[in-house]
Amino acid sequence: MEIEAKHHPMDKYLRADRIPHIWCPGCGLGTALNCFLYALEELNIDPDNLAVVSGIGCTGRIAGYLNVDSYHTTHGRAIPFATGLKLAKPDMKVVVFSGDGDLFAIGGNHFIHAARRNMDMTVLCVNNYNYGMTGGQLAPTTPMEARTTTSPYGNLEHPFNLCHVAAASGAVYVARWTTLHVRRLKESIKEALNKKGFSFVEILSPCPTAYGRRNRSPTGLDMMKYYQEHSVIKHGIDPSEADIEIGGDIIVGKFVDIEKPTFNEMVKELIEKARK
Amino acid sequence: MKMEVKFYSGNVAAAEGAIAAGCRFFAGYPITPSSEIAEYMSRRLPQVGGIFVQMEDELASMAAILGASWGGLKTMTATSGPGFSLMQENIGLGAMTETPCVVVNVQRAGPSTGMPTLVGQGDVMQSRWGSHGDYELIALSPSSPQECFDLTIRAFNLAEEYRVPTMLLMDESTAHMYEKVVVPPADKIKVVERKRPRVAPEKYLPFKPARNMVPPMACAGEGYRVHVTGLTHDERGYPQTTDPEVQEKLVRRLCDKIRKNERKMRDMEILHMDDAELALISFGISARSSKAAVNRARKKGYKVALIRLKTIWPFPEEYFEKIADDIKNFLVVEINYGQLKYEVERNVGKGRVHHLPKFGGAVHTPEEIYAKIKEVYNGN
Repeated sequence: MEIEAKHHPMDKYLRADRIPHIWCPGCGLGTALNCFLYALEELNIDPDNLAVVSGIGCTGRIAGYLNVDSYHTTHGRAIPFATGLKLAKPDMKVVVFSGDGDLFAIGGNHFIHAARRNMDMTVLCVNNYNYGMTGGQLAPTTPMEARTTTSPYGNLEHPFNLCHVAAASGAVYVARWTTLHVRRLKESIKEALNKKGFSFVEILSPCPTAYGRRNRSPTGLDMMKYYQEHSVIKHGIDPSEADIEIGGDIIVGKFVDIEKPTFNEMVKELIEKARK
Repeated sequence: MKMEVKFYSGNVAAAEGAIAAGCRFFAGYPITPSSEIAEYMSRRLPQVGGIFVQMEDELASMAAILGASWGGLKTMTATSGPGFSLMQENIGLGAMTETPCVVVNVQRAGPSTGMPTLVGQGDVMQSRWGSHGDYELIALSPSSPQECFDLTIRAFNLAEEYRVPTMLLMDESTAHMYEKVVVPPADKIKVVERKRPRVAPEKYLPFKPARNMVPPMACAGEGYRVHVTGLTHDERGYPQTTDPEVQEKLVRRLCDKIRKNERKMRDMEILHMDDAELALISFGISARSSKAAVNRARKKGYKVALIRLKTIWPFPEEYFEKIADDIKNFLVVEINYGQLKYEVERNVGKGRVHHLPKFGGAVHTPEEIYAKIKEVYNGN
């Protein structure tokens, strides 16, 4: 029997004429995107009032598949581009959807400063531990000892704990899930989208093609099994205690949810004062 | 409303020109000798309902003005050499995505950190092709605070009309010089707005050019749901990264919308051209010393002209072709070791293009230029 799906239930949010996408079998990006789309639907977000900004890389391609105002910018610069956009269009929802290399290596400075300013935006970071699109090189998130195409003897660098970086930089909402935790991930994305200020969700995602097969997880399923066996939910813990180590547990959950005036609010107040 | 006469530095005049042109968003990072523009904008913009944000670096500043431009605002940043280098990445994105914005580069002496507080004019070529790949953009160069005001307005108008990042190539001397600036009443200032699509969203092709080769621009939140990418894209805005024909069509248009509209962007001051045998070519602060030298030489009977470029890019090739046969010798005066000189050579032929360089840190004196005029004129 041949099964042919003509439509995706979330087609209304997609540029269906751009599918098929470029992602590999076993990649978690489809799942991450799906959770985002269901979050949009459940929050009843008007696509005309949503802008999605991406940088470069596999995750960077997400913007191009979404049927909204979508901006595929330069490597690492999605956040400052989105900063300009959000300041110009304060009533729009602005989401940055990009990868770990894009947001935390080449774009790391922008990430910490947007969080520090409490720029009103949601940053969704798909972390697959490596640079997938360029062939599986070492990333700032690659666990110690892991093998990549530029760490053939094993990684010598201490990786970033992204949630710790986000919290320390001033993010008002910080959560981490894997692509196994689809419902929890979707709920976290909804909370992040509803949050005023700089919200951050890290999405751990399998990259069997470029990362997994060099690290004893050659299929997407292997990595999903690992998530299932090693994920430990610990809401509210200090994210500094949620480092990711090879072979170790993966701490997931919502770590930060606080209130702070946003940069947008303060700019608005300043303009009102200055115009008097 | 009445005309006002102000006493402005070039930097302040550029900031006021931006506001007069409708600029309502400024993102920048401090750097000498342009910092006064950011400082002034941080105070002035909120008063007119505009937004100022100091970014973490120039990469971010440039990205932010592109984002805000897609948010529908007129946007500007200001920097100098080292920051201008960092901005090149997203100047390229702006050229590729046809994003209107203005980049002020108050030139100082380089390369690298060079002489931060002193004049240079070494970014002529970088302002044309500092980013990678094939593209064209517009660069204007003012010689006085008045022109900092006027040409900033023009830079915004050209950026909006042609959907292209437009450079205001200032220099440290003009930026810090205080002079009288005549500010016309707002209703006497010509302000151009970007063309918006007139068709329904389902019929809109975001990168389909109109007759002037420029596509009407739909901004964020207007219901057009545009996809904007730095990848090679078709008229729908969709990436087409393996089709050389799409690449050719796009890049040819990005370049031709500037090259073929050069006449409309052309702006020069031409003095004593009628019987001239030698023509000086200069811009920015160097053009002021050149003008003094040319006037002195004229009094002494030398048949010398001055061509002061206010629009440097696109270079007025057609004009230089036209005058090439009438002028015996050319002398390019600039504060670098030969940049505009090459462009003049390319257009009028080598061998008769002379050069009076300065390496930065100082402006040519009229005496130096006068001496060079005599030397060239007398064939020494």
